[in-house]
Amino acid sequence: METLVFGLLNGVSYGLLLFMLSSGLTLIFSMMGVLNFAHASFYMLGAYFAFTLSGISSFWIALFIAPVLVGLVGAVVERYGLRKVHANGHVAELLFTFGLAYLIEEVVKIVYGKTAVDYKIPDLLNFAAFQVYGASFPAYRLFIIVIAVGMLIGLWYLLKRTRAGLIIQAALTHPHMVGHLGHNVPLIFMMVFGIGCALAGLAGVMAGNIFVTDPAMAVQMGPIVFVVVVVGGIGSLEGAFVASLVIGLLQNLAVGINASFADIFGFIGLSELSEVGRISISSLAPVLPFLLLVLILIFRPQGLMGEKEL
Amino acid sequence: MTFRKTAILAAATSVMAMSAAYADTVKMAFIDPLSGPMGPSGEAAYTSFILAAEHINANGGVNGNEIEVTGYDNKINPKESLVQLQKAIDDGARYIFQGNGSSVAAALIEAVNKHNARNPGEEVIFFNYAAVTPAFTNELCSFWHFRFDAHADMKMAAITDWIAKRDDIKSVYLIGQDYVFGQAVASAAEEQLKEKRPDIEIVGNELHPLAKVKDFTPYIQKIISSGADAVITGNWGADMQLLMKAAAENGSDVPYLTFYGGSKGAVSSLGEGGVGLLYQVTEGITNLDADDEQYALIEEYKERFPDYDYYYHRAFNAMEMFVKAAEEAGSVDPIPVAKAMEGLTIDHAYGQATMRAEDHQMQQPLFISTVSDDVKYGVDNIELGWALVEGGTIDMASAEQPTTCEMERPE
Amino acid sequence: MTDTTVQDLAPSSAQKFRQRTLPFLILAAILVAIPMTGPSRTFYTIAHQMGINVVFALSYNMILGKGGLLSFGHAVYFGLGGYLAVHAMGWIEEEAGLWGAFPVFFLPIVGFAGGALAGAIIGWPSTRKAGTTFAMISLGVAELIFAAAFMFDSFFGGEQGISGDRMNGTQMFGLSLGPIDDVYWFIAFWMFVGILGMWAFTRTPLGRLSEATRDNAQRVQFIGYNPQKVRYLVFIFAGGFAGLAGGMAAVNYEIFTPDALSLVPSGFVLIMAYVGGIAYFVGPIMGAILLTYMQSMLSDFTEAWLLYLGMLFIVIVMFAPRGLAGIVFGFLDGFRSDDRGAFLKSWFTTLAGGFLMLIGLIILVEVSVRWSNGYGEVYEPFGMHLSHTNPLTWILFLVATVAGIALTYFANRDKEGAA
Repeated sequence: METLVFGLLNGVSYGLLLFMLSSGLTLIFSMMGVLNFAHASFYMLGAYFAFTLSGISSFWIALFIAPVLVGLVGAVVERYGLRKVHANGHVAELLFTFGLAYLIEEVVKIVYGKTAVDYKIPDLLNFAAFQVYGASFPAYRLFIIVIAVGMLIGLWYLLKRTRAGLIIQAALTHPHMVGHLGHNVPLIFMMVFGIGCALAGLAGVMAGNIFVTDPAMAVQMGPIVFVVVVVGGIGSLEGAFVASLVIGLLQNLAVGINASFADIFGFIGLSELSEVGRISISSLAPVLPFLLLVLILIFRPQGLMGEKEL
Repeated sequence: MTFRKTAILAAATSVMAMSAAYADTVKMAFIDPLSGPMGPSGEAAYTSFILAAEHINANGGVNGNEIEVTGYDNKINPKESLVQLQKAIDDGARYIFQGNGSSVAAALIEAVNKHNARNPGEEVIFFNYAAVTPAFTNELCSFWHFRFDAHADMKMAAITDWIAKRDDIKSVYLIGQDYVFGQAVASAAEEQLKEKRPDIEIVGNELHPLAKVKDFTPYIQKIISSGADAVITGNWGADMQLLMKAAAENGSDVPYLTFYGGSKGAVSSLGEGGVGLLYQVTEGITNLDADDEQYALIEEYKERFPDYDYYYHRAFNAMEMFVKAAEEAGSVDPIPVAKAMEGLTIDHAYGQATMRAEDHQMQQPLFISTVSDDVKYGVDNIELGWALVEGGTIDMASAEQPTTCEMERPE
Repeated sequence: MTDTTVQDLAPSSAQKFRQRTLPFLILAAILVAIPMTGPSRTFYTIAHQMGINVVFALSYNMILGKGGLLSFGHAVYFGLGGYLAVHAMGWIEEEAGLWGAFPVFFLPIVGFAGGALAGAIIGWPSTRKAGTTFAMISLGVAELIFAAAFMFDSFFGGEQGISGDRMNGTQMFGLSLGPIDDVYWFIAFWMFVGILGMWAFTRTPLGRLSEATRDNAQRVQFIGYNPQKVRYLVFIFAGGFAGLAGGMAAVNYEIFTPDALSLVPSGFVLIMAYVGGIAYFVGPIMGAILLTYMQSMLSDFTEAWLLYLGMLFIVIVMFAPRGLAGIVFGFLDGFRSDDRGAFLKSWFTTLAGGFLMLIGLIILVEVSVRWSNGYGEVYEPFGMHLSHTNPLTWILFLVATVAGIALTYFANRDKEGAA
């Protein structure tokens, strides 16, 4: 029972963090077709900017300013980099972001040093919200849940209920038509990229202090973001939301299962001592998302809630 | 790295007066990651070797020869390490230092064995300062390999010795990375605890994939709900830092006995939360009682390399032992030095250390320490640092482990 | 019946010789000539790595450049082929079954078989779709296989990997494969075979169909071929040649570790192929040679080599999307054109401008890195003392950068004026 409660609580908070990180990529990926390998680098930038800003002012100011700064960096990257590369196709765009990821990591190392910085949870939120079965649930994790849900609502409202959102959605499917109607499509793309990066930056602000803020944080988060976006389905914010939660829950609940393959498949004679039998479900937890990715792509290429196939 | 060249230059100019007296240069190669995510852990050791070499050169060198340590960036990749090894050998290096990653160490041991067999007269010695897989001084032991760090079973012996003295610890949780090293740590812990404290219950034995977990909270909550009185982990790198961060955040308050708690950045990322939570086992910590010379060395290191802390005490031990062996052998050639090193004992700042002849495994006292705010030297540029825990000194004999090594020696 | 004569578009035999046979003769001549110059062992070591990477990058380009399939997991086939070859090396040593008679020299064939088999199994579900679906499946599969590598020690050997000894079994061509110059002939032979094999593949109907499927899968379907099947078959061959490179690596390094299967080498092969130029057959060869050199040697000169590497991709992607091969062939075309003078002027002005900007960049990066380290050391190229407080540093940086930008700008303005 307690495993289930812990699994649910942590799964939701981790899943929502994943959603913050990947919602920006969903926007970028679905609108521009860009597999942005540097997306996690913007997440890292968010954490580092927040570290600097909370040093000179406070966490609460950083929470608002840092994502904006990251968004501006993103917009500049799109305007002077990606846009030029766009004509050479998706592989070129991808490689551009690949190189960008190296660049950002090395520049961060020069500016902030090669090792972790001391980016802390604000004192105001550094307490245990409640106790379950002897373990405390940190208030900061609740705060993450609140911010993520707020972000989801805000984003959903922006895209579905405002004029700007309508134009963005139209530019997604019919960029030429929108262009002919007199809208500045390149500007829309720049804004989408900027907003996407800002969302990654926000995730960085939120996650940098519960994880470790160091130059390797981008590399660690990189691949999982793609999993969320693809599993959720291209062009679907709701899909990304569901996928984040599914992956968060899957990973956290699987950790609680101690059964090994031998326990499950023992009836067909799988021995506890064989290499396959020895593997336990909990030790597999972190690779489950990738298994999910492959299975989804083979059996349901449009993702959980996607509107079109990749 | 141009850094190494300038560092050597600086060393050379500082002893300009005596440099004319040097007969020759003993070239040593440091093959470890010096760039990328693992770069800092390589560089922290590299700077230690540089400083050790400078001190030796300032005191007249080794048998009148100057020591030159050159860094080769292996990007922590076994194949790339073999390329860098060849470069080092061609540059004239006969002594190799490496420590980060047992995969790299295993590849280098193999490669050095083969090189020495295929190129007689051009032998290379491998000084391993941190790769702790016990096999390297057991079934895989080699005459050409010397290990200056205590291996995993020795460190585990120190940890279990300490636990055995603590009657309040009734149950232990094991968590580690799911690969050879993590599995070896877990089985060593089980075996040794059974022997030293059969009453202790092992309430969990968890293995997670290497460097894949982003959020350790579920693991920590498993640990908390298991009611364990202590946790043992061999985790390193991000897996260690994230584990400890999650432990502090979720209010776990039992000792976490680690091999690599002293890694750069671990203490600062935990802050006050690390006090009484994070423990480590090492061959020395800066806050042990020592003579003024050692304190001066610690301070000089910090001043020269402000990003890092004095952590690789064994780098200085290794260099000291090399000098002593070369003096006894009256030579700086690999085979005589290696033979002189067998069974050699040195007195270092925190006790004695002996290179066991049977398996080339350094035997030395080990220390269990924990994070404290009442220390002489902090780490990570904050006030917190490592302090010896009560009963934390494990003497050389207690940490010693038997070996299965059957070494073949050259004529 | 009209009396217009049909112009024969087929290449003459002289053209055939110049375009097809001659490059291979030159390659063979270079490979034979290298040992005569008496190179150092370091040279051999780097050259061997280049040889392996050339085959690996070419095999990658079979699916990316020729097949239009972007893969993030090509190292899986390199690694699995290599692992099988290392195991075979062990069987040769133990003389298990018929293996005792198998020469180590031919282990790359085992690697080829391993890579092709892995390609056949993994390719079956993943090549049904092209484009992003394929790319994402390859990413997922790569992560899964890498994770599995740490779970199945009997095949992958855990972190320490599997090692072997190449000096066993039947000797071929009098090569014991012990000394490094013996291994050179092994690598040279297999690199030549690999290049020839993959070039020959582009001439087969399947190779042609692969390019057609990349350009327009629907039309391929209309003329009666199944694009899925074409992709699948090409994928198997690409996996096989990657495995061949893995087999070469197995003999060269005598060890295989799970790192060889990770996303890092998979990304590196993508970079090698793209930087070299995926539109040309020789592109990946150039990319493999340059990047292997950078990887192993650049770190001797600067600790910021990854920063330079990142900038190299960005510059190539933004300004030379056809890669190094594109630059070389562009130069040759311009050189042969009528307006040679104007072309050369503009080309060399751009080159000089790029060079000046590079100097500016190097000054900036090297000074910043040293300032960031805080060890108090100073960047001292050519005896100059460039610290971050020295005005000369910033003057040099500004002058080089501004002059470089200006030169490139003028070169390109001239070009546009001429056009």
